[in-house]
Parts: sequence; C-alpha cells; structure tokens
Amino acid sequence: MISCSEAVRQLWEYLDGLVGELEHASIEAHLARCRRCCGELEFAKELRGTLERASEVDVPDAVLRRLTQTLEDLEP
Amino acid sequence: MGVAHTEAEQAERFRLLAREQLPRLYGIARKLVGREAEDAVQDCLLKAFQKLGQLNDESAAPAWLASILVNCCRDRGRNKGRRPEELNFEDVEEFSLYRKIAYEDPFPYSDSLHLDFLEEFTAEDVRSVLMRLAELYRVPLVLVYMEGFLVREVAEILEAPVGTVLARLHRGRKLFEKQMWSYAADHGLLREAAR
Repeated sequence: MISCSEAVRQLWEYLDGLVGELEHASIEAHLARCRRCCGELEFAKELRGTLERASEVDVPDAVLRRLTQTLEDLEP
Repeated sequence: MGVAHTEAEQAERFRLLAREQLPRLYGIARKLVGREAEDAVQDCLLKAFQKLGQLNDESAAPAWLASILVNCCRDRGRNKGRRPEELNFEDVEEFSLYRKIAYEDPFPYSDSLHLDFLEEFTAEDVRSVLMRLAELYRVPLVLVYMEGFLVREVAEILEAPVGTVLARLHRGRKLFEKQMWSYAADHGLLREAAR
C-alpha cells in the first residue's frame, strides 16, 4: 500500500482524473483504509470549491464603459 | 475572419464578438494581474484587432480572445521584471494545509475546523492569495480551477508541453495552500476574536 504522503501528493490529480489506472487503484486502496487521508481528500474538494466560488468578478460599470469605448474607437 | 467581407464589416463583427466577452475577459484578467486588469483587457482588444485575420472560425472567438488576454497578462508581469520568489521546494512539497490546520487548531471550540478556516476567506481574500503566487503558477491555477480550461488547452495557450503545465499546477496548488495559511496569519483570520 502507498504511504500517506504519496497518497496526499496525488490527491488533486486524483480528483482531476489525471492519474493513471494503477495510481488510481493505489489511491483508492489507501483511502479505503486511511481515515486521515479521506479527511485530506474532503478538504481538497472544499478548497477547489473555494477557488471556484472566488472566480466570479463583477465588472465596474465605468470599466465596462471604457472598454466598450475602446472597441468603438478601433479603426480598420 | 469568416463571412464578413469589407474591413469595416469585419471590424463591426469583431466589436460585437468582443463586447460579449468583456465581462469574462475582465474577470480572467482581474485574477491574473489584479488592479491592472483593465489595462490588460485594453492590450488584448488592440492586439486581437490587429490579428483579426487569424480568426477563421467565429465560434472559436472566446477561446482565441482568452488566449491573447492571458499572454497580454503574462507580458505585463514580464515587463515589470517580476521574478518567481526563491522557494524551498522540499518544504512546499511536504506542506499540507489540512494537517497544518489540524495541528495549529486555530479555532479550538470548532467542530468543523477545516471548513471554518475556509469560511474566513472572502472571494477577494482568495484572489489576493492567488496574487501572492508567481505568475508561473498563478496562470495555470486560475485557468484550470477558476475558468474551467482543460490542461491541454492551457498548454496550447502557454505554448508549453502538457507535462510542464501539470508540474506547475502541482506546485502551484501546494504554494496556494501554503499562502492560504500565511495570508490567514497576516490578516488576522486565525484569531478566535475575529470570528
């Protein structure tokens, strides 16, 4: 069985589906037996959610007006 | 550019396509260059307009504009001579924010310690944490985890091998975790009294 540090090192890749079949099986086997690494996995999911939620950015009206004006001013 | 014929028609078509994308482009730029976002989008619009002949398929316009924008943002970083900070990669590789929170136990009366830690961060805080990372790591993190690009698409935008992008993502995630802790400590998010 892989060690906790090996499993943790690959957790995000595991969540992203970026590990190979063998690594995937090793991580699953480790998670089935290791409660702490399951905690790490749940936290990695939450952290990804935190990043996703921070992606929404409001454009200030004045900025949008200036950028639109830039487009209007473009000449061939 | 596809069906439009005269230069004036092409320009008008470009304005329409680009106008629809302005909020998205500004959002990406805000996460990549912070307060310079508006300037980066301006750079992008001018550059895209100059390269208009390269856009053969209008349906590819959103990805094409995003690609130009990302490179304008990177140019801004380079022009300012920003360099990645010196890092001890062994420390970074071994760092686990999950374990750090459990060990330091910043909210002793909490029964959902890790979630409570994350809840201290506003969206603006998270973006500020990202701005602490070197551009090398920030760009793939933002594009993959906030903008939903595939690793392969990021590799195309950055003109880098997929393996390089994966390595930067891996290290970037670790650095992000480490900076989340440092930011929380620097901004008083770990004090029980702040809650």
